[in-house]
Amino acid sequence: MEILNKLFTNIYDWINGWLNVLIGGLGLRPDVASAIVAAIMALLVGTVVLLFGVNTVLSLIWFERKVAARVQDRVGPNRVGPFGLLQPVADTIKMFIKEDIVPANADGLVHLLAPMVALAPAVLAFAVIPFGQGMVPVDINIGVLWIISVGSIGTIGLFMAGYGSNNKYALLGGMRAVAQAISYEVPQVLTLVPIILLAGSLSLVTIVNKQSTLWYIFVLPIGLIGFVTYYISALAEVNRTPFDIPEGESEIVAGHHTEYSGMKWGLFYLAEYFNFFIVCAIAVTLFLGGWQGPLLPPWLWFILKTYALILFGMWIRMTLPRFRVDQLMKFAWQVLVPIALFNIVLTGVFMLFFKIG
Amino acid sequence: MLDRYGIVAIFALLAVIFPAVPLLLSWVVRPKKPNAAKRATYECGLEFEDLPEEAQNVWVQFRVQYYIYALIFVVFDVEVVYLYPWAVAYNALGLFALVEMIVFLGILILALVYAWRNGLLEWA
Repeated sequence: MEILNKLFTNIYDWINGWLNVLIGGLGLRPDVASAIVAAIMALLVGTVVLLFGVNTVLSLIWFERKVAARVQDRVGPNRVGPFGLLQPVADTIKMFIKEDIVPANADGLVHLLAPMVALAPAVLAFAVIPFGQGMVPVDINIGVLWIISVGSIGTIGLFMAGYGSNNKYALLGGMRAVAQAISYEVPQVLTLVPIILLAGSLSLVTIVNKQSTLWYIFVLPIGLIGFVTYYISALAEVNRTPFDIPEGESEIVAGHHTEYSGMKWGLFYLAEYFNFFIVCAIAVTLFLGGWQGPLLPPWLWFILKTYALILFGMWIRMTLPRFRVDQLMKFAWQVLVPIALFNIVLTGVFMLFFKIG
Repeated sequence: MLDRYGIVAIFALLAVIFPAVPLLLSWVVRPKKPNAAKRATYECGLEFEDLPEEAQNVWVQFRVQYYIYALIFVVFDVEVVYLYPWAVAYNALGLFALVEMIVFLGILILALVYAWRNGLLEWA
């Protein structure tokens, strides 16, 4: 069992040692050699993490369609491969071979760059999440700040999509999407402050290590209020139902990605699922103890907990109707922001007078 | 510390390359046959060219409400930037830090209440 726990760290150490021998034999200065080895290892880790992300997105596409089908009392995809498991592969091939139709008079460069800007934050946020014990790509000491900073970049991608499409519905959808994203950004970052108060550090690895005795969600009532508020505002941030006015099919056609087809649309689709996975992974790391757990290997606990939260998010999607846009804004500014601010003050008081954390 | 940000820079490089690779592969594989009907602006089943002149405008009026949301967002975002160092150092400080932060949050809650009472947080 210990072998299984340290499986990925052992593979990393083995490749690292082998690379050191290889590059060291070239006769360069020692610091240049170690820098080259570190760069190659970082590229390898980044590629593996991204491949894991893409695999997760593919399985999430299948998972969502099956869960949606079962909730709606039907079967879901079951033709393509056993139990429809190759359905995401078919979808990916479809996205590759469809023609890319750019509208006349559209701003071509902005139209091209928008999906890339929308996808970048998820990739960057993958860099600091601890997937298991000792399995974090880079442990910077401002982990939480990094995640929320890069999370804000995705908003620009939404607006570029709406602007560069030469379509008034896309422009309206883009502006609404940006308004929703920035409105729910505020409670999302405010609810992370009590966790930082309890842990005393911004580094995600430190926060997970400090939850070895008690997960922060069980530090009542601050942990529970924080978790619920964070989960709701994060769902709204990634435009999941019931907050999916920007991309609601019957509302404004497809909102900001009306005029997208082929792989550019595929990148938006990928970005939505990537962001959903990242947001659930952050919730698991900060509130549910990351990779902590008794018998199973740490990375398996992380995957199980993240998938549990993802399943919960899909369940919410299949059950609740969509919010109107004015209900959406009212909910963010008049309900979530006061609760988050109150939670911060409550945590400060609890830490001082009841000596927790 | 600097070497850790080197790894972050490599991740940023991957973040630029990762969306570009499927787009390049797709550009090689997909058909390229544009014609006027395909490239027309989408108008919910109508033809864009059949609309009257006033309705053919693709630029909508920028409602001031969006600007107000952005302004309040900036205020609270800067407040959060000030909250994070306080939260990290809270254990070493004492009651004084708590009271000071309650005063700071109180001033900003006052701003939120002002916006709320003046109807700035409504959609219409």
